[in-house]
Amino acid sequence: MNSHTTDHATLADKFNENEPRVNWHDETLWWVRKKRDRMAWSVSGWEKLREAASDIKRHVLGNLHDYLVQFEQQAIKNGAIVHWAADAAEHNKIVLEILQQHQVKRMVKSKSMLTEECHLNPHLEANGIDVIDTDLGERIVQLAKEPPSHIVLPCIHKKKEEIGELFHEHLGTPAGNADPQFLTAAARQHLRQEFLQADAAITGVNFAVAETGEMVVCTNEGNADMGAHLAKVHIACMGIEKIIPKRKHLGVFLRLLARSATGQPITTYSSHFRQPNPGQELHIVLVDNGRSRQLGREDFRNSLKCIRCGACMNTCPVYRRSGGHSYHTAVAGPIGSILAPNLDMKDFADLPFASTLCGSCSNVCPVKIDIHQQLYKWRQVIVQEGYATSGKKMSMKMMTSVLSSPATYRTAGKMGRWVLRAFPGMVNNRMNPWYKQREMPAPPKVSFSEWYAKNKKDEQQG
Amino acid sequence: MSSRDKILQAVKNNQPEHTMLPSLEGLSDMPDTFEDYKKVVEGLGAIVEEINSEADELAALDKHLPDRLRIIDARSSIQREWINEDPHTLEDVDVALVEGQWAVAENGAVWLTEKEMQVRALPFICQHLVLIISRERILATMHEAYEKIGSPENGFGVFIAGPSKTADIEQSLVLGAHGAKSLLVLVKP
Repeated sequence: MNSHTTDHATLADKFNENEPRVNWHDETLWWVRKKRDRMAWSVSGWEKLREAASDIKRHVLGNLHDYLVQFEQQAIKNGAIVHWAADAAEHNKIVLEILQQHQVKRMVKSKSMLTEECHLNPHLEANGIDVIDTDLGERIVQLAKEPPSHIVLPCIHKKKEEIGELFHEHLGTPAGNADPQFLTAAARQHLRQEFLQADAAITGVNFAVAETGEMVVCTNEGNADMGAHLAKVHIACMGIEKIIPKRKHLGVFLRLLARSATGQPITTYSSHFRQPNPGQELHIVLVDNGRSRQLGREDFRNSLKCIRCGACMNTCPVYRRSGGHSYHTAVAGPIGSILAPNLDMKDFADLPFASTLCGSCSNVCPVKIDIHQQLYKWRQVIVQEGYATSGKKMSMKMMTSVLSSPATYRTAGKMGRWVLRAFPGMVNNRMNPWYKQREMPAPPKVSFSEWYAKNKKDEQQG
Repeated sequence: MSSRDKILQAVKNNQPEHTMLPSLEGLSDMPDTFEDYKKVVEGLGAIVEEINSEADELAALDKHLPDRLRIIDARSSIQREWINEDPHTLEDVDVALVEGQWAVAENGAVWLTEKEMQVRALPFICQHLVLIISRERILATMHEAYEKIGSPENGFGVFIAGPSKTADIEQSLVLGAHGAKSLLVLVKP
């Protein structure tokens, strides 16, 4: 399912060719992070709220079997049709079969990272069904034939002039018009027609309540509701980790989600779908696709608490300067780098290394996932399993031998300082990526332990 | 074995040990006044008017939504024929009026259900939405809101906070994405 031929560092290099754009990307996401901070600080008891959310999710993971069964029973009682998909292929097969049963040729879809993870769109299109993404950002990347680069802000990597050109080509807007207000109005007109003509609507799910069998979908645009209320078939696709126990727990998560995501107090629409509209069919597809396996990995199961707010991406210094596409997976950034190696350890072996381990992601996470610690643990697993690149393996081996013997460490330090002074080109060259955008530090004459030993002697003498 | 049984078996084998659910007591310590609600929902791009009579309501509509070729009042016991029509025909509704059950001061949201909107598509497909709430039904936070709402009574409910919007083009905020382009909240005593 993953066809990339290159890794995060190479793709990040490509993104960095355009420096003004990288600066804009970096600053814009940091601005979103600051909005999140202002919102978090305005809520009294914010930290208690994060703690409660994390504890609710931990409770769910420990009782997931029973909650899934309860959710299914309630949903069936509500009149929904429930499907189970073990992997991406089965998910796509189920959705296609539902659409074919209803002879659907054209359908609208609101944002669902799960369907991105499963590569649903290409599967439906190969079977003659037109899929129209209706979230504005997702529609833009769809017209550009690209995947979303951010789970909440799908086209954050695009400049308005490029969007103006896309709209000129596909929607017939005047050439050269790149005004966001104008382009949004054009998209509204275009997508209204799609909503009115669609026979089926696919939505994602933010939260599924075991107690009531209902699903909550959050949008600012209203696209999930326009699709789901007008089409005769509504298909809701969700990962099995979206379950929460009771309706009252929605209060905790809806207070955290939009504040963490974009710094809004709540999304414009928080829609609670329980029963199908009279005359409508409501299908719920419960998808595993590696989640039950991740549940069994003690070090990584906390990643299943994620509510997909994207705060870890907005704050990540690596994400902000490398762009979402450099992660070559549906969910980019720090959280995606924990989720992806579970799906394919070899293909995504590079991602846990695409981090400085600064811990900013863990600090902003609304459900308190220990993201940077899991990234660090994945590195060890990946090296042990033999999936690290040969360069990384070699340098790690060397570091192990140097760091495990004090004598070798002292000699290596001496040699290193001498080499830096005598032959700086040996280190500061094109072979060493660390020096690409950096100046050489001046090598110290003595090591810290040499300095300390001498200083101590001087002190005693003095 | 079916996929359902396979997934449930794998989950059962791999799930960690049971932990207790946390208490939700003491999470809410926010104000619940009309002024607080007004400030937040105006920050989201909505307009708020206080009304004491039908005349006030009409005056507010004339002031903020003078062009209303097709208006639907979901509260009306006389105007009912639209309820049984295909919801696609609501596409040309300029203004829809719907009663809200509860409002939330911390985030500006109004809770309404299928019962109040009559047709689920109405508050989304109309060009401009008017929500009517009672001043005494303003609550502090989402915790109080879910306590009051209780268990679901019908098939669909929604919190609406402001007009539909997007910032997908270079993070420039634009009101009027796919849902209503504006939101007028009328607050009655």
